[in-house]
Amino acid sequence: MSITHSLWKTGLKTGLIGGVVSVLLALIGMVEGFSQRDIINEVISMGHTLLLLVVVFITYLSAKRTTSRTKVLALVNSLVTGIVTGIFLVLLVILGNVVNLRSIFVNASPVLYNIMTFGQGLMNGSLLLLVVAALIGLLTGLVYLLPNLLRRVLVTSLSSVVLAGVVQDLLRPTLAAWGPIAVVSEWIFTANGLSLPGAIVLAVVIAIILLFWSFKGKAIQTGVKNLPSGQQRVLRYIGFSILILVFLILPQVLGLFLSEVLTIVGLYVLLGLGLNIVVGYAGLLDLGYVAFFAIGAYTAAILTSPELGFFHFSFWSALPIAIIMGIISGVILGIPVLKMRGDYLAIATLGFGEIIRILVLSDFLRPWLGGAQGVGKIPKASIGSFEFARPQEIYYLILAGCLLVIFISLRLRDSRLGRAWMAMREDEDVAQAMGINLVATKLLAFATGAGFSALSGAIFASKLSSVYPHSFNVMISINIICLIIVGGMGSIPGVIVGSVALVGLPELLREFAEYRLLVYGAALVVMMLLKPEGLWPAEIRRRELHEGEPKTTEQVLPPEGGLSSNEEGA
Amino acid sequence: MMAMLEIQHVHTYYGNIHALKDISLNIDKGEIVTLIGANGAGKSTTLKTISGLLRPRHGTIQFEGEDLTRYLPHEIVAKGVVQVPEGRRVFGRLTVTENLEMGAFAITDRQVISKNLERVFALFPRLKERRHQVAGTLSGGEQQMLATGRALMANPRVLLMDEPSMGLAPVLVDNIFDTIRQLHADGTTILLVEQNARIALQVASRGYVLQSGVILLNDTAENLRMNEMVRKAYLGES
Ligand SMILES: Nc1ncnc2c1ncn2[C@@H]1O[C@H](COP(=O)(O)OP(=O)(O)OP(=O)(O)O)[C@@H](O)[C@H]1O
Ligand SMILES: [Mg+2]
Repeated sequence: MSITHSLWKTGLKTGLIGGVVSVLLALIGMVEGFSQRDIINEVISMGHTLLLLVVVFITYLSAKRTTSRTKVLALVNSLVTGIVTGIFLVLLVILGNVVNLRSIFVNASPVLYNIMTFGQGLMNGSLLLLVVAALIGLLTGLVYLLPNLLRRVLVTSLSSVVLAGVVQDLLRPTLAAWGPIAVVSEWIFTANGLSLPGAIVLAVVIAIILLFWSFKGKAIQTGVKNLPSGQQRVLRYIGFSILILVFLILPQVLGLFLSEVLTIVGLYVLLGLGLNIVVGYAGLLDLGYVAFFAIGAYTAAILTSPELGFFHFSFWSALPIAIIMGIISGVILGIPVLKMRGDYLAIATLGFGEIIRILVLSDFLRPWLGGAQGVGKIPKASIGSFEFARPQEIYYLILAGCLLVIFISLRLRDSRLGRAWMAMREDEDVAQAMGINLVATKLLAFATGAGFSALSGAIFASKLSSVYPHSFNVMISINIICLIIVGGMGSIPGVIVGSVALVGLPELLREFAEYRLLVYGAALVVMMLLKPEGLWPAEIRRRELHEGEPKTTEQVLPPEGGLSSNEEGA
Repeated sequence: MMAMLEIQHVHTYYGNIHALKDISLNIDKGEIVTLIGANGAGKSTTLKTISGLLRPRHGTIQFEGEDLTRYLPHEIVAKGVVQVPEGRRVFGRLTVTENLEMGAFAITDRQVISKNLERVFALFPRLKERRHQVAGTLSGGEQQMLATGRALMANPRVLLMDEPSMGLAPVLVDNIFDTIRQLHADGTTILLVEQNARIALQVASRGYVLQSGVILLNDTAENLRMNEMVRKAYLGES
C-alpha cells in the first residue's frame, strides 16, 4: 500500500497544482477570451490550446520530477497528473452546471463550460475532457521518455505550429504582398488560424530541418572550422552582412504595426542591456532603473521642446547631454548605496526610482518639467531632410542605438573592468582583497547602465514627441528585470531574446493584453522551474545551474556572446 | 633596522566593540610569523586591518616605511600585501584558471601573469590537472590550494594567511603546511594566523598569542612551545 502510494505521490501532487492552475485559467476568462481564434482552423481554438498546454506542461513537470530510476514511473506519474488535472476541470464543469458561480467569477459562463466540454454536452463532454487530459498525460510521459533528440524535434515543431497559429493575423497580411510566398502563405493560413494540411506540413518541414541540422550540423560546423581562417572570416562577414541586411529591410517588409512593435522591443533591448551591466555583470540589484530612462527622456524634452521654450537644441545635440545626465545621476545614485548589498540595495534603488517619478509629477517643478501634463512638441530626430518620424524610420535610430550598445557591452564584458565586475558579483569582499577598487567598479557599473538607459529615454521622448510622468513607473523597471531573468542574466543575446519574448510577443497577441502581468508571473515561475538559467544563458550561469548534469545540455544551448548566429533576428 | 611590516599600537573597533586593543607586532623580510589565539580573539580582525578592509582608530601600520592606514585595500594589494581570506573563499562559479587570473588583477603585464600562473601550477600540480574545473566543485583541500595560489598570483611581498588549516583533514593540513614551508624557502614573507597552534609553531620562527584583542605573549616559536600557559591553553597539554 505504502509503496504504491509513494509511486504516484509526485503525480498526484503535481496534478493538484495543475488542477488548480487550469481551473483558475478558466475562471479568470483566459480560456474563453482566447477561444475567439483558432490555432488550426475548425480543429482547435486558442482557448483549447491554452488549456491543453497547461496540462502538457504540468504532466511534463510531473514526469521530470519523478526521481525513481524506473523510467516507467515517469509515465505513470504524468498519466496520474493528467487524470487529476482532468478531474479538477470536470468538477468545475459539473459544479458550474449545478450552482451559479457567476456571482463570484464573472467569467464562469455557460459559454466557458461549452468550450471546456468541446460542445458535447455535460455528460459526454465531461467524459471527453477527462479522457483528453489523461491522454495528454500519457502522451507527454511518452514524449518525456523519448531520446533527447526526438523529443526536442517534436517539441520544437509542435510549438512552432502553435506559434504560427497564434501570429497568423499578423503574418498573413504581411506575407500577402510577396508573390510566391503569398501563395504558400494562403495555403498554410486560413482567415482563422492555420489550415489543417498547412499545420501538418509546417510541423513536418520544421522537424525535417531540425533533424537535418542535428545530423549534419556538426559536420557543417566542423567543416567551417577547418576552413582556413581567411575564408572563415569571409564567411563570418557574409553571415554578418546578411544579418545586417535583414535588419535593414525589416521595417519595409513588416509595415507600420510590426515596425512599431519592433521599436518598442528595441527600446527594451537598450534598457535591458544597460541593466544587464548593473545586475548581470556587476550583480547589483537595481529596482529603480527606470529613473535613468526618465532622466534621459526629460533631459531631451527640456533641451528640445519649444513648449517649455528654454532651449531649442536639436535631437542630436540634446542626445549626448541626456546621456551625460544619465551617467551623472547614475553616479549620484551610486554613491549613497555603495555600502549596500542585496535586498537593501534593491529597496534603496526602488526608492530612487519613485523619487524621480514623483519629482517630474510634482506641481512645484511644473514650470520646468510640465507636471502631470508632461512635455509635448518634442521634435523628431533628423539627418538632413530625412526625419525619423514614423515607426519604420525611428526603427533605424533604435537599431543604431542597439548596435552601439551591444558593441560596448561586448567590449566591456571582456575588459579588465568586466573582470572586476565579475569578481565583485561573485564575492565583494574577496574582490576587494584581490586588489579591485570596489568604489570605482561599482560606480562605473551604475554609470554605464544609466548612460544606456538615458540614451533609450532620449530616443523614447523623440519617438513619442512627448513625455509624461506615468510612462516612468516602477513597472518598467520590473519588466526589464523580468526580461533579463527570462533571457539569462549577464547574457547579451539573452536580453534580446527576453525582450522579444516578454515585450514583443505580448504586443503581438492582443488576447494577452489583459493578462499581461499574469503571463509575466507565469513565465517567470515556469522559467525558474524549467530553465532557471534563462532562454539564452551566459556561460557562467549555465555552469552553476547544471553542475553535475551530463554534458549534453551544452550542445542543446546556443553559444553565448557572438553576433555570428542568425537566431538573434527572431 | 626597521622590520618589513610593523604594526604599532593599533586599536580597531566594530561600532563600539573594541576588537583590537593596542596591538603591536612586526615581521622581518623572509620570516614566517604566526599569530595564534582562540575563536574571537581578533586574529581575522588584525589581518583585515592590515589589508585596509578595516580602518584602525589609532595606531600605525608601516610597510617598508610607508603608512598603510592611508591607503585603500586595492592600493595595499598593489603594494604587495596580499591576504588569503578565511574559509577559502574561492569564486565558486569560475574555473580554477579564471580564479587564478582574478588573483593577478592588480598586475597588468600579461607575461608576468603567465609566469605566475606557471609558478602556481608548479607549486600545486593538482590545480594544474583541474584547471578547467569550476572552483565550487573542488574539494576543501583543493580550494585551500586555490585560495593560496590565487594570492600568490598577485606577487605578494607579504602573504597574510587566515587559518589555512581550517576544516581540513590532518593529511591535508600537512600538505598545506609543506607548501607554506616551500614558500618560505622561496623567500616569501608570511604572517600566518592559526588556531592550530601546534602546527603553526612548527613552521614559524616567532609567534604572538592573541587573546580578547590583546597580545598576551610575544616570543620565538621554540619558547612559546615550552611556555606553560601556551601548552595548557593552545597545545592541549596539561
Ligand atoms: N563585523 C563585525 N561586527 C561586529 N563584531 C565583529 C565583527 N567581526 C568580528 N567581530 C568581533 O570581533 C572579535 C574578533 O573577531 P575575529 O573575527 O577577528 O576573531 P578570530 O580571532 O578571527 O576568530 P576565529 O578563530 O573564530 O576566526 C569577535 O568578538 C567578533 O565577535
Ligand atoms: Mg578568524
